[in-house]
Amino acid sequence: MVKSFGSRGDKVFDFGLNFFLILVLIVTIVPLSYVVIISLKPLVMPNQATPLVSFGAYIELLAQPSFLRAALNSFVLLVGGVTLNMVLTTLSAFALSRKSLPGRGVILAFILFTFLFNAGLIPQFLLIKNLGLLDSLPSVVLPGAISVYNLLIMIAFLQNLPESLGEAARIDGASEFQVLWYVMLPLSKPILLTVGLFYAVNNWNEFFLPILFLSDKDLMPLPVVLRDILSSLNSAEYVDGNRQATIAPPDAIKMAAVVLTTLPMLMVYPWIQSHFTKGVLLGGVKE
Amino acid sequence: MLTPTALPTAKKSVVSRLVYAIWQHRTLYLMLFPGLLYFIVFRYGPLWYTQIAFKDFSPILGVEGSPWVGFKYILEFFNSYYFSQLMTNTLIISLAKLIFGLPLAIILAIAFAETRLRFLRSSVQTITYLPHFLSWIVMAGVLLALFSPSEGLVNKGMGLVGQDPIAFLTDPRYFVAILVGSDVWKETGWSAILYLAALMSIDPSLYEAAAMDGATRWQRIWHISLPGMLNVIVLVTLLRLGGILDAGFTQVFALYSLPVYSVSDIIDTWVYRQGIQNFQLSVAAAVGLFKGVIGLILVVVANRIARKVAGTGLY
Repeated sequence: MVKSFGSRGDKVFDFGLNFFLILVLIVTIVPLSYVVIISLKPLVMPNQATPLVSFGAYIELLAQPSFLRAALNSFVLLVGGVTLNMVLTTLSAFALSRKSLPGRGVILAFILFTFLFNAGLIPQFLLIKNLGLLDSLPSVVLPGAISVYNLLIMIAFLQNLPESLGEAARIDGASEFQVLWYVMLPLSKPILLTVGLFYAVNNWNEFFLPILFLSDKDLMPLPVVLRDILSSLNSAEYVDGNRQATIAPPDAIKMAAVVLTTLPMLMVYPWIQSHFTKGVLLGGVKE
Repeated sequence: MLTPTALPTAKKSVVSRLVYAIWQHRTLYLMLFPGLLYFIVFRYGPLWYTQIAFKDFSPILGVEGSPWVGFKYILEFFNSYYFSQLMTNTLIISLAKLIFGLPLAIILAIAFAETRLRFLRSSVQTITYLPHFLSWIVMAGVLLALFSPSEGLVNKGMGLVGQDPIAFLTDPRYFVAILVGSDVWKETGWSAILYLAALMSIDPSLYEAAAMDGATRWQRIWHISLPGMLNVIVLVTLLRLGGILDAGFTQVFALYSLPVYSVSDIIDTWVYRQGIQNFQLSVAAAVGLFKGVIGLILVVVANRIARKVAGTGLY
């Protein structure tokens, strides 16, 4: 858009605008950096001998078998969960993006209803219990195997791809699986990355379903262990032997756990960031 | 592959044509099968267990064997003193998030669209989208870093001017503000995307024409940008109102504690404690179902209004 430069009112306006944006930037960055700053504090009382910055809290956490175990569980849930999410969502979205599919409207309505109505926590708990899934990792990934929102944005994306491409491949004798794999998926990279990121974040961040369905401590993923560290419930496990077992973990340990839990996501975020706004807009302004 | 023996000839009746069409799409149904199975088992399966909302559930008799009691539990809930407290907390937290979050997201989107410093714009965008991807447990850690009485940044700052530390996270006077503030901090950047998209779709010649006629930047925002976003604003507001009973379960669950139950216990957290921790499955299921039904009605009504007013709905 073209804007007239130069007038005094305009300069004041621009100044205010940029000041506001910088303020937003600071307000967002300061809390996050403060977490990192606390996490780098030395674990022992500062005196002349100890440095100002230390990775002691990280080292101590990474030496805790229970923390490593939780990290492993989280990775298993992440890989297993996202694989399940993507396979189910892509296959369903591909089938439902074909307008000629008989019964498509009924099936979409059937799916949409679950988006609008939630029977609540207790029936879901009883279902998992009666399926015999309590205290197993599948109980954490199966209930959210398909997100209706992600399914809908993927359907919308696939519908916007030119239908003639699939037609041409089919005339040449390609099966539907081949059309999906060789024609549609290569064209769907932005939506696959977006939906994949959403699913990955959901799986990585999930803490309520593990609390609800798992009681075996060896199965707990990182966020649940982080919650225990933060609320000092199991503080004894996270401080080393020569300190008193009953004291709460030092703040450095708590914040190092926060950083370590967030780190894997932070590493993929910049790489994938440019893709997802497109995906969000597609979902938001769907036709 | 099977050979379609009787198929090409069967083009007479509607039924046989439908059968033919279904046969033609058999691979697609095969692809749809796992997804559909998921929805039947994990999304519709729970509906079977909603019956315990109307039963006196006993673990020995099981879901099917427990005796029916009709609306006993839901009426008991309506008459209990929890009802008004839970409803009040849920509505206050939900509405406050909407009232504070929505205008800020709109202002942020306008600032993104108006700033001439592209570098500033893209860095603020990248940074403000980030908190959306943090879990509420991680957020609990961030809030602890800011507000804990011992190490918290805010309390340290107040200490410099001689203030005594305040336990913000466990004080009922501040806790609702913490809930609302942290939600706004986490989600505003992300929600601005939608408004920004609306702004980007406004015809630039409108701004040029207004500038020719001597309109100031404020006037252009007021008369062009805001009307251009109006449909999205109406849509988002209506849908948020439709979900008003969802005050943010995972957030409250991750942040609350006994001292602040009085101001932060919402329907969902109560259902969790009553059902899972106190084993009162019937009353918890009844309250959860009540919330689900009201939620469904609100969303459907909100969607109707959105279609009428903004010309587009959620579905």
